[in-house]
Amino acid sequence: MSKPLKRIHLAAHFPGVNNTTVWSDPEAGSHIEFGSFAHFARTAERARFDFLFLAEGLRLREQGGRIYDLDVVGRPDTFTVLSALAAVTEHLGLTGTINSTFNEPYEVARQFASLDHLSGGRAAWNVVTSWDAFTGENFRRGGFLPQEERYSRAKEFLATAHELFDSWHGDEIVADRVTGTFLRDAKAGAFVHHGRHFDIEGRFNVPRSPQGRPVIFQAGDSDEGREFAASGADAIFSRHATLEAGRAFYTDVKRRLAAYGRRPDQLLILPAATFVLGDTDAEAEELAKEVRRQQVSGATAIKHLEFVWNRDLSSYDPDGPLPDIDPDLGEHHIARGRAQVRMYRDPLATAREWRELAAANGWSIRDLVIETGNRQNFVGSAATIARTIDDLVQADAADGFILVPHITPGGLDAFADRVVPLLQERGVFRTEYEGPTLRDHLGLALPHSRLRSSGETSMDDAGGERTAS
Amino acid sequence: MSPSSSSSSSSSFSSRSPLHLAVALDGTGWHPASWREPVSRPGELFTAGYWAGLVAEAERGLLDFVTIEDGLGPQSSHPFDPDDRTDQVRGRLDAVLVAARVAPLTRHIGLVPTAVVTHTEPFHLSKAIATLDYVSTGRAGLRAQITARPNEAAHFGRRTIPRIDAYDSPAAQEVVTGLFDEAADYVEVVRRLWDSWEDDAEIRSTATGRFVDRDKLHYIDFQGRHFSVKGPSITPRPPQGQPVVTALAHRTVPYRLVARQADVGYVTPHDTGQARAIVAEIRAEQEAAGRAGDILHVFGDLVVFLDDDPAEAVARRERLDALAGEPYTSDARVFAGTPDRLADELQELQGAGLSGFRLRPAVLGHDLPAITRRLVPELQRRGAFRHAYEAGTLRGLLGLPRPANRYAAATA
Repeated sequence: MSKPLKRIHLAAHFPGVNNTTVWSDPEAGSHIEFGSFAHFARTAERARFDFLFLAEGLRLREQGGRIYDLDVVGRPDTFTVLSALAAVTEHLGLTGTINSTFNEPYEVARQFASLDHLSGGRAAWNVVTSWDAFTGENFRRGGFLPQEERYSRAKEFLATAHELFDSWHGDEIVADRVTGTFLRDAKAGAFVHHGRHFDIEGRFNVPRSPQGRPVIFQAGDSDEGREFAASGADAIFSRHATLEAGRAFYTDVKRRLAAYGRRPDQLLILPAATFVLGDTDAEAEELAKEVRRQQVSGATAIKHLEFVWNRDLSSYDPDGPLPDIDPDLGEHHIARGRAQVRMYRDPLATAREWRELAAANGWSIRDLVIETGNRQNFVGSAATIARTIDDLVQADAADGFILVPHITPGGLDAFADRVVPLLQERGVFRTEYEGPTLRDHLGLALPHSRLRSSGETSMDDAGGERTAS
Repeated sequence: MSPSSSSSSSSSFSSRSPLHLAVALDGTGWHPASWREPVSRPGELFTAGYWAGLVAEAERGLLDFVTIEDGLGPQSSHPFDPDDRTDQVRGRLDAVLVAARVAPLTRHIGLVPTAVVTHTEPFHLSKAIATLDYVSTGRAGLRAQITARPNEAAHFGRRTIPRIDAYDSPAAQEVVTGLFDEAADYVEVVRRLWDSWEDDAEIRSTATGRFVDRDKLHYIDFQGRHFSVKGPSITPRPPQGQPVVTALAHRTVPYRLVARQADVGYVTPHDTGQARAIVAEIRAEQEAAGRAGDILHVFGDLVVFLDDDPAEAVARRERLDALAGEPYTSDARVFAGTPDRLADELQELQGAGLSGFRLRPAVLGHDLPAITRRLVPELQRRGAFRHAYEAGTLRGLLGLPRPANRYAAATA
């Protein structure tokens, strides 16, 4: 009945370009200077975290036809900042979200293989896909991809990247000065891929990297996304951090692994989780309320309501009642470049429900958005948070968490100093790194170098969605 | 380094402005047999420490910047096709990522990775170089390079590039001219994206709840033959405003790209007469492009074998040629001799209108320290090179002012 304690995995999500991040706090620093990234990464490494996580968005978000200006705007290039972070850390894994729609496999495979070499085996790739013509306007190909094809392209993109990673086996470079043999094999890196989305061949020019290929993350929540993750991903960046939803998701995804000949420990479930730490539970609850009000200003509340109403609501008072008019059910045109608009499948029902809630509780627009919005996942003293995380992992609601602080760059400091030691005391979190690579931290085996043959791929389905950023 | 001659007496060359020096990093060096030298470390080519060591050595010599070679396919001894050779270094890391990996470990030296502009996305490259500028606090540059290799086009599979046999044929000229026109558009997009955020766009106004002043973010709305890009960038304007754009050029079409879009052009004259002619051609193109008032450096590229005994330099070249099985040839002049003699030659070329040099060490493990520890002190003794880094950014080292933003409303 007593099974061995699971070891917890922890990661640090650099605060994102959304209203979770509180830029108005006096302690909030730069979101673009390298010093902020270095501080954040060093804190995560000091706390012996598994990895740092970066989201991505390839076009500035717009609302009402104008660039959205209420949240943090602006971010660095993912590969470039991760490579620089490899210089200021020694063990921390470096996970980048990279889109499979607005890139080509040869280039992305080179970048990840290079990052893996330059970090000594610490690279990971969160594979996402998008289809929107809005983002496409920044790229050569434009919005070329029908929505229903994005999964098929993502699947083939990843399979092709794997073929490129595997085109070197790791023993080709001999560099024998005496015989003058640099390469053992003149065909090193040779590849051929003839598929529906990619028709490429030639030589891959980055030798096999320390991890063979980067650790693969998947972030989609749909049935297709889950199946894709089960078929070939190493970890899932999920959104289900509560006990019930977490267990349901965890059970569902792990159950799918057997069909692919994989064991449950070959796919880690790592939900994103926010937290507010206080000296006492009561103080943390108070702080958490304050943070939610910081996250939802009056202006932000109006903008959030517009996702549902699909109308310009700028004339409404955020401290007043909800609009009487109904949402515009036409094609969504208010907000572009963000995922939230797809959350409300029945805007009329949502609007009705919200009006009733607001009326029953006496809530203003801003109150409603705060109260119906996400609460922080972990709120409490260090002891409470450590116990909560441990309980969730031991109950198989997750294998660990990707923590999303709301302050840049110091939002992880207190967690590192106060919560991590308690997890270590419980014997469920490492006190030292046990190996140099991210696969070592995650307990994942090195991939075998698979041979290219007969167009066989390891993916039976594919997916990935834009990571909530 | 600790230059003993920190107070160099003025010399007969003191009337000249100091020259600029860059070094081109590629594998174990530019000679294809360089990896076989005992001083080389071919087994470490794919590690961060190898590149960090090279750049630290270059910084020790107070060089303006390093360039890092790259390509979208394996190196080849053939100009247009892959080869199946196993006796030369093959494989390389992404140059932008190498530069970023080294940036936090250095403080002064410029970092100029090569980026191929033929198959890649200008939006991605613009934010990558902007980010390199952030992680290096203002030391980023870019060497834009086209590729006419059909095999590299096949790595992307999105278009075919007609096979050309020699650069001089009319058919080849048409292909290459098209690729350079596309490169000019590409650099234009990269530069507009760098300016798509005004410097003071981030306002963090708690009073209004606004993080940015969106009137200071700009669509670039570029439409060209090869691509359209909307903007703005996702990355704010980098510390230098405009990182340094460079390109290698061998003839009129690429000279035009340099004249239209670059801050530094690398050229390959084999004597002072050629240098004068090339500089004149670039200056004429620069004027035609309406950039006569801009600073545009023209650097000479030279491959160097450096030894204190000139016979040893020549012997080293011959020994490496014997290992390679053929004499080494290059687009650039190949110099084998003493650091003092090279200093003479650089100053002569400087007199012909070049403002600096990009040296390609034949064997990095030998010729890079020869540049930083022998050539540089000699140039310093002659008053022709800096004794300390005098600026915090690469533009500063090159005497380039921080440019105004093309989208900023004229207020002055």
